[in-house]
Amino acid sequence: MAVKEAVDTSPEVMLAFYRRLYPFKSLFNWLNHEHAPTRRFTHREFAFTLQGDVYLRYNSFNTAEELKKQVCQLNPTRFEIGPVYSARPKDKKTVRPGMFTPLQRELVFDIDMTDYDPVRTCCSGADICRRCWAFISAAVQVLHTSIREQFGYENLLWVYSGRRGIHLWISDKEAMELTDDQRKALVSWMTVIHGGQESSKKLNVRLNARSLPASLQTAVEHLATIFPEVVLSDQNLFASEDGYEALLEQIPDSQVVTSLRKTWSANPSRSSEDKWLDLKAQAKKFEKGSSQRTNLTAAMEDIILHYTYPRIDAEVSKHRNHLLKAPFCVHPKTGRVCVPVDPLHIDEFNPESVPTVGQLLKELDTAGRSEGEVGEHHSDWEKTSLKPYVDILDKHALRLMEQVRLEKREQDVSW
Amino acid sequence: MFKSTDRKVFHDDKELAQVTKHSPVKYPYRLNFYDRPPLYDVTVEEFETCALDRLRILAEIESSAARNRSWEELKTVTNKQCTNHLPLQTTGTQELLESQRRKDHLGHFVLRLAFCRSEDLRRRFIKAESTLFRIRYDGDNTEERQLFLNSRDFNWIPVDAAEKSKYRRELLASYSGSKNESVREQAFDTERYYKVKWTRVPDLVEKRKVFLKAGWAYVPGKEQSSIVFQEFEVHLAKALELTARSLPRLDEDSRLVPILDNLSQGFLAGVPSEWSGSGEAINGDEIKAEMVDDLAKRHFPLCMRSMHDNLRRDHHLKHFGRLNYGLFLKVLGLSIEEAVVFWRKSFDRITDDKFNKEYKYNIRHSYGLEGKRANYAAKSCQQLLTSGPSDHGCPYRHFSLENLQTALLSTYSSRGLTSADLPEIVATVKAGHYHVACTRVFEMTHSSFGVKKGEGTGGGESITHPNQYAAKSMELYKVQQDSAEKMLVE
Ligand SMILES: [Zn+2]
Repeated sequence: MAVKEAVDTSPEVMLAFYRRLYPFKSLFNWLNHEHAPTRRFTHREFAFTLQGDVYLRYNSFNTAEELKKQVCQLNPTRFEIGPVYSARPKDKKTVRPGMFTPLQRELVFDIDMTDYDPVRTCCSGADICRRCWAFISAAVQVLHTSIREQFGYENLLWVYSGRRGIHLWISDKEAMELTDDQRKALVSWMTVIHGGQESSKKLNVRLNARSLPASLQTAVEHLATIFPEVVLSDQNLFASEDGYEALLEQIPDSQVVTSLRKTWSANPSRSSEDKWLDLKAQAKKFEKGSSQRTNLTAAMEDIILHYTYPRIDAEVSKHRNHLLKAPFCVHPKTGRVCVPVDPLHIDEFNPESVPTVGQLLKELDTAGRSEGEVGEHHSDWEKTSLKPYVDILDKHALRLMEQVRLEKREQDVSW
Repeated sequence: MFKSTDRKVFHDDKELAQVTKHSPVKYPYRLNFYDRPPLYDVTVEEFETCALDRLRILAEIESSAARNRSWEELKTVTNKQCTNHLPLQTTGTQELLESQRRKDHLGHFVLRLAFCRSEDLRRRFIKAESTLFRIRYDGDNTEERQLFLNSRDFNWIPVDAAEKSKYRRELLASYSGSKNESVREQAFDTERYYKVKWTRVPDLVEKRKVFLKAGWAYVPGKEQSSIVFQEFEVHLAKALELTARSLPRLDEDSRLVPILDNLSQGFLAGVPSEWSGSGEAINGDEIKAEMVDDLAKRHFPLCMRSMHDNLRRDHHLKHFGRLNYGLFLKVLGLSIEEAVVFWRKSFDRITDDKFNKEYKYNIRHSYGLEGKRANYAAKSCQQLLTSGPSDHGCPYRHFSLENLQTALLSTYSSRGLTSADLPEIVATVKAGHYHVACTRVFEMTHSSFGVKKGEGTGGGESITHPNQYAAKSMELYKVQQDSAEKMLVE
C-alpha cells in the first residue's frame, strides 16, 4: 500500500478550488440539457454539507453563476444533487404540500467497494488498490452494456466517487422520468447479489429450468473472461480453508464436494487456479448432457456471478429524491476529485492517479507564474490535469444538448 | 341531512345524455376502465349511496394488507362483500346488468372526487381500485374478458413469427412453465408475444419474467394481464390528477363537500355503518339498567368498556363521554326509562335534585324527547377516531402504547387475550390501522365462539362501529346459549 501523503482539504484550499477550478458551467449544461436555464436546473435540489457536518437541504438556483456564488459563500465540504421538483426547492415552505413533488431525476447507481469486502483479500473497509478496483471495473463493464442493450439508454456518465466507488448518472429523457416503482423494478432486474447477503448463500437467478435469463447469460459470458485473473490469480480467494469452504457451499453435488474437500485439505498449497481446475475436472467426469454435468456447470456460472457480478446499492437507485454527491466534488479524506471516467477504458483507470485538490492548486500556481497573470479565473481548470476530466463531462453535456435541440426542431417541423 | 332533490352532479351536456340514454347497451362489459364520466342526472342520495357502498369494498381491500390476507383470502372476502353491496353479475336480464354496472360506474366517479384531493389519498385509491379491478378480471370468464380486451387499444405490438424465432433462445429462457423441458417448449411454441415499453410492465421486469431489448419488453400472452393492470393504474392516476385540478369548481356546491369530506375519511376507519337506534334490543330481550355491567364485561369494545370502567371508578363521566356512551347504550337497546335508571344509579354521589336538573334533560334529549327531538345516532369509529385525543375517543388511537397494552390485558385477559397477542396488536396500531387492531381483538376474544383470524364480524368485515362490535358479540353469545339450551332440552 502506498504511503499516505498528508491530505489538505482545509477550508482555504476548498474555497480556492471552488473559485478557480470547479467547472460550474459544465455541471450546469449537464444538468440542464440546454443553454438557457430550464426547470431541470432551476427546480433542482442542491444540498450542502458544511464544515462541522451541518446539512442544508432544498437549495435551488437560477443560473450556474448563482450556484457558484452560493458555493463560494458557504464553502461546503461537498454538495449533492437531488431531483427536479414541481416547484423551486427554495420555495418549498411557501408552496402547498401537494404541489412539491419530485418529477424528474437522473437514474443513478452507486457501486461501493465495501460491498465487495467478503470477496476481496487485498484490502478491506475504506482502502482500495488497483487489484480490488478490478471488481469495480468489471461491474462498470457489465452495467454499461446491460443498461444500454436491455433498457436502451444512451446517456451514461460514470463518475469516480473520490475514494472507493463509482457512480453512474443516466440522463436520457425516459430515464429521468421513471417513477419510483419503475426504478425499483429496474434495480431488481439488475440485482443478483443482495446487500447483506452471506457470501455463501446460493444465488436465486434461474427462473424455471436450468437456463439463466438472457441478460445474465450475456453478463456471465463476459465475467467468465475476467474471473480467472481477478478472483483466482489476484485475490487467490480459494487458497484458505475459509475461502474454499465458501466455494464448496455453492456446489450442489455432495459427492463432488466430499471428494474436492478431501483433495484440498490434503494439499494446502493448491492455488485457487488449481482448485477451479479440479472443479472443472469433476464436472467433466460426467457425460455431456447428463443432469449432474448440467447442474455443476450451472453452479460454476452462479459462482462466477457471485464473485464478480456488480453489487449495487439498491437504495440509492430506487428513489427519485435520493441525493447523490455532485461530480467534481472533493473527497474530504483523500482530497481526490470525483472525476468522470471513460467506461470503455475503465480497466486502465487507476484511482490513485486521480488528481487531488492540493496537486491541482499547485499546478495552477506553476502555470500562473509562468504566464504572469493574476485576476478573475473562469476556466482555470484548463491549465491543470483536471482538463481531460472536464472534457469528458463537456462532451457528454454537448451530446445531451444536441439531442434536445434535434427534438425541438422535430417538434417545430411537425406542426 | 340531504334532501333527495333531483339535480345534476356531473356535466350537463344534454345532447350527449340523450344519445347515451337511447343507445341500446350502455355497459356492454362487466369490466370498466372508467374512461367516460357518468353523463346523466343523479340525485344526491344516489350519489352518496353508490359511493358508500363502493367505499365499503375499497376500505376492506385496504385493510386486507394490514391483516395480511393472502390473494385468495382477499378475493373471497371481496367477492362476498361485492355480492352484498356492489354486485356485478355476468349473467342476468339486461336491465339488471345495466343497473349494476351503472352503480359501479357512478360509485367509482364519486369516489374519484373524494379521493383526488391529496397525493396520499390518490395513491391509496389507485391501489384499492386496481385491486378490485384485478379481482374482477380474475373472475371474468375467458370469452367475456377477451371481448373487453378487444374493445380497447392497449397499444401492444404483436411480435411476428420471424422476430420470435430470432430471439427464441432469449425468450425461452424467461418463459416460465412446466418443469418438463419439452412440455415447456411446446407451450412456448404456441405462445403469442407482445412488445411494450418496459416501463409498462415493471412488475414483470422486477421478477425477470420478460426478455428486454432496447427498452422493449417481450411479454408472453399469459402475462398479458400485467399490461392491462398497469394500464388501469396509470390511466386512473392521470385521471385523478386532472380531476384534482378541476375540483375547485365543484367545491362551490355546498351540499356535496360534506359528503366528499365524509367519504375520504372512510379510508381511515372503514365505512361508518349507521347503527340506527330502533329502541328495540337487537337480540330480542330488553336490556335492563342492571344488566349493563355484565354486558360491558362480555361484549363491549375497548372504547365503550373503558368509558364504562371510568364511570364505575369515578361515579361520574364528563360531557362527551356521557354523550358517546349514552348513545351507544341507546342503540344497544336501553330504553329511555332504563337509561334514566342506569345514569341515576351510576352518579350515586349527587342529589336527586342535581341529577334531575343537570343530567336528566340531556339523557332525554339524546333520546329525542327534548329540544330538537332529533333521533341522534351513536358515534361511529370514524367519529371517535377523529374526535381528538381524549378519554372518550378510540383507545387504539388515543392511548399511549403502554397504556393500551395494560388496558387490553386487564380488560380482555378473562376473554382469552394473552400478552403473546399484544405484539401483533401493537404493530397494527403503530401502522395506523386502528380499526384493524380492534377487529383483531374482537377475533381473539371471540375465538371460543369459533371466530377465526380474518373473519371479523363475519365474512371478513372489519369493525367500523362500536355497536356493530357489541351486537355481533351478543349475537354470537346468544347462538351459543341457544344451542346449549337445545342440547339440554332434547
Ligand atoms: Zn485492494
